[in-house]
Amino acid sequence: MSVINDAYVWLNDPLNWTNPGGILDQLWTHLRLSALAVGVGCLVAWPIGIWLGHRGRGGGLVVVVSNVSLAIPTLALLTILPLTFLGFGDTATVLALAVFTVPPLLANAYTGVREVDPEVRDAARGMGLSSWQVLVQAELPLAVPYLAAGFRTASVQAVATVTLAALVGGGGLGAIVNEGFGRLDMGEVLAGGILVAVLCMLIEAILAVVQRLVTPRALRTRRNRGPRPRAAA
Amino acid sequence: MSFPDLAYGAQEAPGNPWFSWRYIRDNSAEIEAALREHVNLTVSAVIIAAAIALPLAVLAHRVRWLSGPILALSGVLYTIPSLALFAFLAPFMGVSASTVRVGLVLYALLVIVRNALTGLRQVPDDTLDAARGMGYGSLSRLVRIELPLALPGIITGLRLATVSTVALTTVGVVAGYGGLGQLILGGFRNNYYKAEIFTGAVLCVALALVLDLLLAGAGRLATPWRRRR
Repeated sequence: MSVINDAYVWLNDPLNWTNPGGILDQLWTHLRLSALAVGVGCLVAWPIGIWLGHRGRGGGLVVVVSNVSLAIPTLALLTILPLTFLGFGDTATVLALAVFTVPPLLANAYTGVREVDPEVRDAARGMGLSSWQVLVQAELPLAVPYLAAGFRTASVQAVATVTLAALVGGGGLGAIVNEGFGRLDMGEVLAGGILVAVLCMLIEAILAVVQRLVTPRALRTRRNRGPRPRAAA
Repeated sequence: MSFPDLAYGAQEAPGNPWFSWRYIRDNSAEIEAALREHVNLTVSAVIIAAAIALPLAVLAHRVRWLSGPILALSGVLYTIPSLALFAFLAPFMGVSASTVRVGLVLYALLVIVRNALTGLRQVPDDTLDAARGMGYGSLSRLVRIELPLALPGIITGLRLATVSTVALTTVGVVAGYGGLGQLILGGFRNNYYKAEIFTGAVLCVALALVLDLLLAGAGRLATPWRRRR
C-alpha cells in the first residue's frame, strides 16, 4: 500500500523529528500538557474523593460526576475554555483536560477509602487513633492500589485527549494528524496516528508496571481497576 | 463616513455573546443539518455496534477461552485515542462519513461487549440449573433465560455506548463529518464565534441526555420485573 509506504517515509525523515514543531517538539508538548492536567486533576479529585470515602457518603455525587463528564464532548471544552477569561494558551488546555481526569481519580479515591474493611477501621479506632489518624495510617495505605489504578486510567485518558488539543491549536502529537488531514497527506495522517497510538500504549504499559510496584504484595491478587472511561472524546 | 461594524455591534451588544437567538434564527438550516448528521452517525453506529457486540458477547460467554482475548483486544483498542483511530481508518477508507461511522462503531462495540458479558456472567448458576432441569436446551436457555436476565447489563452498555458516542462523534470533524462538532470547531475557526460554539456544545449534551433517557425508559419497559425496586 502506498499510504503505508508514505507513512514509513514520513517517519524516516529526520527533519520531521527535529524540525521546530516536529515530532520531538510535539511529543514534549504532549507529555507536558498531559502531566500538568493529571497533576491538576489529582489536586482537585483526590482530597475530595478521599474525604468523601472517609466520611462514607457522597457516592451518588461521584456517579453523577462521572456520568456528566461522559456526555461533555472534549472538543467543546477545548474550544470554550480559551474564550473565557482564561484566554488562549496552556492554562485553558490543561484545565479542559484536567476536567476529564477527575472522574476516574475521584471514583477510585472514593472507592479505595470506602472499601477498606470496616474491621480494620474499627480496630484502628479501638487502638485509640483519632479520625484523622485512622484516615492517614489505616485507610490511605490500604487505598493505594485504587489510587494507583485511578492515576493510571486518568493519565492514559489525558494522554489520549491531548491529541484533540491540536484541533484548536494546542499542539501535541495530534497536530501531526491534523496537519496531515489539512494537507490531505494521508501518509502523514497515518504516521501521526501511529505515533499517538504507540505513545498511549507505552504510557499505559509503563503505568501498569508502576501500579503493580506500588501495590503491596498482599493486595496484588485482585485486579483493582476502576470503571474504564472512554478514551478520547 | 459610516461605521457598519460599529452599528452592527451596537445592535448585537455585547459583541460576541455565548448565546444568541439571532444566530440560531439566522442559521437554523445549518444547525438542523448538523444535528441531523450527528443523530444519524450516533444512532447508526450504536445500532451496528449492538448488532455485532451481542453475538460477540454470547460467543465470549459460551466459549470461555475466547473471552480473554476479546476483552484484551477491546482494552488495547480502547487505549487508542479517537483521533488516532480516525487517522488509521481515513487513509484506507477515504475521508468520508463511513470512516467516522466505523470508528464510532469500534468504540461502541467495546463498551457493549464488556457490559453484555458482565450481564451474562451475573445470571445465577441456580437459575441455569433449574432451566436445565426443566428441559431447556442450550439455545432456548440462552434466548429465554440468559439474555432476558442479562438485559440490565446490556442496557447499561447501550446507554454508556450511546452517551460516549454522542460526545465522540464531534471528533469526526477532522474528517469533515462531525455533526455538531462542525458547529463547535466551525465557530472556533470562524473568528471564535461563541454563539455557534455554544449552540453546538449545548445541543450535543442535550442530545446525549435525551438519548440516554430514551434508552433508560426502554430498559424499564423491557425489564418489568425490576421495576418494583
